[in-house]
Amino acid sequence: MFNTKTILAAVALVASLALPAVAQEGHATPHIEKQSWSFAGIFGTYDQNQLQRGFQVFREVCSNCHSARLIAFRTLAEEGGPGFSEEQVKALAAEYEIADPTADGGVRKGVPADFWPSPFATEQDARDANGGALPPDFSVLAKARGVKEEGLWWILNYFTGYSEGGPDYIHALLNGYHEEAPEGFELAEGKYYNDYFPGHAIGMGPPLADGLVSYEVAEGEAEVPLTLQQYSTDVAAFMMWLGEPHLAGRKQTGFVVLLFLVLFAGLMYATKRRIWQGIEH
Amino acid sequence: MSEHSTYTPGSGIEKWLDERLPIIRFSKEHLMDFPTPKNLNYWWTFGAILVMCLGIQIVTGVILAMHYTPNIGMAFDSVEHIRRDVNGGRMIQSFHAVGASMFFAAVYIHIFRGMYFGSYKAPREILWILGVLIFLLMMATAFMGYVLPWGQMSGWAATVITNIFAAIPIVGTPILELLRGGFSVGNPTLNRFFSLHYLLPFVIAAVVALHIWALHVPGNNNPIGVDVKDKQRDTLPFHPYYTMKDAFGMVLFLIPFAWFAFFAPDILGHPDNYIQFNSQVTPAHIVPEWYFLPFYAILRAIDFNLLFIDSKLLGVIFFGGSILILFFLPWLDTSKVRSGNFRPMFKWFYWLFVVNFVALTYLGAQPADGIYVVLSKICTAYYFIHFIVILPVLGRIETPRPLPTSISESVLGKAH
Repeated sequence: MFNTKTILAAVALVASLALPAVAQEGHATPHIEKQSWSFAGIFGTYDQNQLQRGFQVFREVCSNCHSARLIAFRTLAEEGGPGFSEEQVKALAAEYEIADPTADGGVRKGVPADFWPSPFATEQDARDANGGALPPDFSVLAKARGVKEEGLWWILNYFTGYSEGGPDYIHALLNGYHEEAPEGFELAEGKYYNDYFPGHAIGMGPPLADGLVSYEVAEGEAEVPLTLQQYSTDVAAFMMWLGEPHLAGRKQTGFVVLLFLVLFAGLMYATKRRIWQGIEH
Repeated sequence: MSEHSTYTPGSGIEKWLDERLPIIRFSKEHLMDFPTPKNLNYWWTFGAILVMCLGIQIVTGVILAMHYTPNIGMAFDSVEHIRRDVNGGRMIQSFHAVGASMFFAAVYIHIFRGMYFGSYKAPREILWILGVLIFLLMMATAFMGYVLPWGQMSGWAATVITNIFAAIPIVGTPILELLRGGFSVGNPTLNRFFSLHYLLPFVIAAVVALHIWALHVPGNNNPIGVDVKDKQRDTLPFHPYYTMKDAFGMVLFLIPFAWFAFFAPDILGHPDNYIQFNSQVTPAHIVPEWYFLPFYAILRAIDFNLLFIDSKLLGVIFFGGSILILFFLPWLDTSKVRSGNFRPMFKWFYWLFVVNFVALTYLGAQPADGIYVVLSKICTAYYFIHFIVILPVLGRIETPRPLPTSISESVLGKAH
């Protein structure tokens, strides 16, 4: 007896929501396309090679200005991540100098337990070096960004578990630069025009370009194109890993838990039926 | 308390205990033998589901507090530390965060179930009032918990919500400063919110005990809203019939719970909360968590002055009133018939109220301009009209359908 009422309620709800959208801004932000990420969906895991490439882009380009203060070197050797060996991580950490007041001269070589050193000592230093703009920390940046869905499509995300708005946005942003601002847009000195950045005037110049980073290709592996498109995808995936280093394990556990719950619920239902057998209710 | 027990102490020790603290007798009476109407549907399992939610929040919360640091310089990083470095921390944190949403989803279903089946009517007014009190305490707890990760939305929610109190004449500013522990949201705010966030769940647990006590005096309402006439024919002992049904409901409820916690732990929150709070940078849209949106929409809908009351205070009056009015629901609804199933007109207005409430939720998340402001006003007005005009009038003009004489008659008359 609830059915007709429920349907009516749903229809009324949809009608009340399908209202005209907010007025467009002067310079519209194009729709951000969803990319196909290996870590999306219930069986999602990171692509180890992609994370290694993304790490290379991060290390050679991004980390010159951006910090990642919550990331310990040891994380790079953890399961489900870029898959570096402990020796590689040890060697990598040793390449960095870590400020340590208890060490001789105040600095020492890094060890895997150290956190990724920030390129600037203070926030003010970072601003001074970047025309007043603060390069945001990368630790959870991929989760601090999102894509606003149009209309009611966000409801669908609850059923697909879509949580990749951050990497989608980062990928779009890195590909969203224009050499010149569109006509009628006042671009302040030292700013760049970007389709996807809120307000369009971004302090960061186009950080990546075709051919900027040369990927090493292991023997027998397919050549990876050295394009902006490729770099931006790889670094966005890497940034997602920075934010969620244990995503793969979480999803694997989740699958087992859900499977258990569904089976358990079935057994519970059968037991309940059995107990209630013969009772009019 | 009524006697339903057939308990006879089985051993010497039980007899000894029974004469001093009859805890086994009490448990048997209330958790096992309690006579429960045999026609309760699955909407009634949400009471047990809510107890489970409170349990999950307390257990995960106690563990989180072992690793969390309530200091504005360290809070944000300590939550990330929990997710990255604490054993099992990412799951405990995500169950706690998702758990808050699931708790509210369940409580809304529980409240709307009570509204449809008239569970607030005599003799269950106190039961209902205690329920509204729990709802209020939950809101306070959830709000303060949301501040603890010290992200942008946390800090700005704290700023906006404490600001509401400033609208109260004379005592407003002192209350504001007391809540914040200073002139602006800062370390003292975080410390007291942490302290209260740890305290309030236990207050909730205590009120839940009263809520269940108040339930066990008159016993459960039921889908036809007719009182139990004959215990033998109308009721079943709580155990094993309802322990089993509730346990099944709980497992079922854990499925969406686990879905969100494992596959989309952040989808119910805001990306902005992954940016550490900065009192110098205001987010583009300050939006509360989804479960506060209907009331937030009501708060924002009032943007006009009325006589000598300015819009800010008026907004607060409507905001507070929208929850406080629930306390008076047992007396606003004048119909003697409990269940909506037998009230042909009420049924329609009930679903209209539900749609209106969902619309308010939607509007609370939209920017406060253009068509949304107008719609918010209409929906806010309707929210209050439902309680103040529609319910009192319906009871007088509506002709209810004939009620079954008893639960057992209605059960047997049902087509199978």
